[in-house]
Amino acid sequence: MELLNDLFFDYTLRTVAMGTAILGLVSGALGAFAFLRQQSLVGDAISHAALPGVVLAFMLTGLKGPLALMSGAAVAGIAGVLFVIAVTRLTRLKQDSALGIILSAFFGFGLMLLTFLQRNPDARQAGLNHFLFGQAATLLERDVMMMGVFGAAAVGLMLLFWKELKLLSFDRDFGASLGFPMTALEVLITLLLVIAIVIGLQAVGVILMSAMLVAPAAAARQWTDRLGVMVLLAALFGAAAGVVGTLLSSLGAGLSTGPVIVLCISVIALVSLLLAPNRGIVWTWLRNRRHAILATGLMGRG
Amino acid sequence: MSASLEIQLIAVTAATGCALVGVFLVLRSMAMMADAISHTVLLGIVLIFFIVQDLQSPWLLIGAAAMGLLTVSLVEALNRTKLVKQDAAIGLVFPALFSLAVILISRYARGVHLDVDMVIMGELALAPFDRVTIFGLDLPHALATLSAILLINIVFILVFYKELKLSTFDPALAAAFGFSPALLHYGLMALVSVTAVGAFDAVGAILVVALIVTPAASAYLLTDDLRKMLLLSVAIGAGSALAGYWLARLLDANIAGSMATMTGVVFLIVFVLAPQRGVLTQLRRQALQRWRFAQTMLIIHLLHHEGAPDAAVECRAEHLQAHLRWQPDFAAQVIRDAERSGAVHQERGLLRLTDHGRRLAEAAMVR
Repeated sequence: MELLNDLFFDYTLRTVAMGTAILGLVSGALGAFAFLRQQSLVGDAISHAALPGVVLAFMLTGLKGPLALMSGAAVAGIAGVLFVIAVTRLTRLKQDSALGIILSAFFGFGLMLLTFLQRNPDARQAGLNHFLFGQAATLLERDVMMMGVFGAAAVGLMLLFWKELKLLSFDRDFGASLGFPMTALEVLITLLLVIAIVIGLQAVGVILMSAMLVAPAAAARQWTDRLGVMVLLAALFGAAAGVVGTLLSSLGAGLSTGPVIVLCISVIALVSLLLAPNRGIVWTWLRNRRHAILATGLMGRG
Repeated sequence: MSASLEIQLIAVTAATGCALVGVFLVLRSMAMMADAISHTVLLGIVLIFFIVQDLQSPWLLIGAAAMGLLTVSLVEALNRTKLVKQDAAIGLVFPALFSLAVILISRYARGVHLDVDMVIMGELALAPFDRVTIFGLDLPHALATLSAILLINIVFILVFYKELKLSTFDPALAAAFGFSPALLHYGLMALVSVTAVGAFDAVGAILVVALIVTPAASAYLLTDDLRKMLLLSVAIGAGSALAGYWLARLLDANIAGSMATMTGVVFLIVFVLAPQRGVLTQLRRQALQRWRFAQTMLIIHLLHHEGAPDAAVECRAEHLQAHLRWQPDFAAQVIRDAERSGAVHQERGLLRLTDHGRRLAEAAMVR
C-alpha cells in the first residue's frame, strides 16, 4: 500500500517508473515483430554494438546530454546491423556467427575507448559506465520526456505501417509478390528496433536490454494467435514489468533496477509459457497424460 | 618471468582454448550459445561461492560448467516445447539467469572480489598478482587454470576428432553409425562452459564471445579443411590476443577490450581480403565474369554474321551499341580486349574473327 502511495507521491520514483514503463511498452511492442521474424537476438547484438557509439559521441561532443549519447548509440547500432546483414549476405557464415562477432567486437571496441577515456583525467566519464547495467534511478524528467517522444514516434510509425509490417512478419514472399518494398520495410522495422533499444539503454543497460525485447513478446505470443492482441499484450507486459521492477528495486538496498525488471518480465514469460490456455506447457502435459491413460484403458479393455 | 610476459601467456592460452571450441560452435551455427553460456556461468560461480566461500576453489569451475550445461538444456527444452524458437529461447534464458546472478552478487556478495565490473571487463592486468605453486613452479593462478582447460580441450578434440567432424557435418550419418550426437553435443557444451569460465576470469563475460566466435569465423572464410580451420583459428586468436595486449599498453586501455577489438579487425581484414571468399575477390570475380560474358557475346555475334550479306553492317563497332545495347565506352573496351586476346581483328572499321576467335565462338555455341 505504501508502495502505491510512493508511486503517486514520490517524485523521483514516479519519474523512474514512468521511464521504465515507456521503455517496457515500446520494446514490448517492437520486440513482438523481432520475435515473429526469429530475429530476437538481433536486439542483443544492437544493444552491445551501441557502446562504442555512446563513447565516441561523448568524445566528439563532450556532452553527456541524452540526445548526443542516444544519437551516438543509434548510429553505432545501425552500423552493427548493417555489418550483420553484409556478413550474412556476402559470406557463408550464418546469422548467429555474425551476431556474435558484431556483439563482441563492437562491445570490446567500446570498452577499449571507454577505458582509454577514463585514464584521461579531464574526462567526466561517470554516467557512461551506467550504460552497462543502466541506472534507472538517475532518470530525470527530461530523459523521460525524450524517451516518451522517441518511443511515441517509433510506436506511431509501427501503427502507420501496421499492415505492411504484418505482411513482412508472416509472409515476406507474398508481400514482395504484391509489390511491397519488403527490404525497405525490413530496414524500417530494424530502425524502430534501434530506437527502442537506444531509449532503453539508460534504464536497463546494454546487457539486459535484449531481455526487454524478447521476453514480453514470448509471453504475449502464448496467449493469442492474433498479431494486434499480441503486440498490445507484449506492450502491457513490458510496461508492467517496468513499473513493478522499479517499485521492487526501490524496496531494498543493492537491488539495481535493470536486473529486477528483467526478472519480473522473465517471471511473466515463465508463467505464460506454463499456464497460457491451450498452448501452456502444463495443459499440454495434462492433455498428453489424459490421452495416455485413455489409451491404456482402451488397450486393457481390448 | 616478468608480469608483462605472464599476461601475454595467459592471454594466448585463453585465446587458444576459446579458438578451438569456437570452430565447432561456428560450424554448428551455435555461436550465440557461447554468448548465453558466458553470461550464465556467473550464476554457477555465485551459487558455488555461497557454499564454499572461497574464490580459488576448483568447485567454482565445476559449478560454472554445470550452469553452462543447465543453460543449454533449458534452451533446448524450451525449443522442444515449440512455444518459442531457438533464438527467443536463448534470449529468454540467459538474461534471466544473468540478472539473478547480478542481484545475488550486489545483495549478498558485496565487497567480495566478485564484482560486476570485473565480470564484464576482466582483470587481466591483475592476473599475475594472484599466484599458485604447482610442481614447485610459481605460476599465476589464471595461467595454471587456463593451461589445464586448454589441455582438456586439446585432448577432447584429439580423442573425438572423427566423431566431432562427422556429427558436425552430417549428424544423421553420425547417428546412423551409432555415435550418440547428444553425448558429443553435451560434451562439447561442457567444454565450452569450462573454457568460458576459465577465460571469463581473465577477459570478462562478453569478450569470451569475441575469443570464441570471431577467430573461428575468420578461419572459416579462409579454408574448407577442418584441420586447417582449427589451426588457423588458434593462430588468429593467439595473434589477436598478443596484438590486443600491445594495443592496450599503447593506449593505456582495457586489455580484454583491445583483444576483442583486434579479433574484430582481423575478421574485417579477412572478410574483405580473403583469397577465395573475401568481398574484394567476389567483386573482382563478378566484374571478370561480366567482361568474359561480353567477349563471348561479341564473338558469337560476329560468328553469326560472318560471311552473311549483312556482315558489312552488323560487324561494325558502332552497330554493337544498337544490337547488343552496349554503351560506346563499354563496346570499345570489349573490342580492345578481344583484339588483345587475339580473337578479333579490325580491318577498315570491320570486325573479323581470327581462326582462334572462331574456334572460341564455336566452342561457346556448343556449350
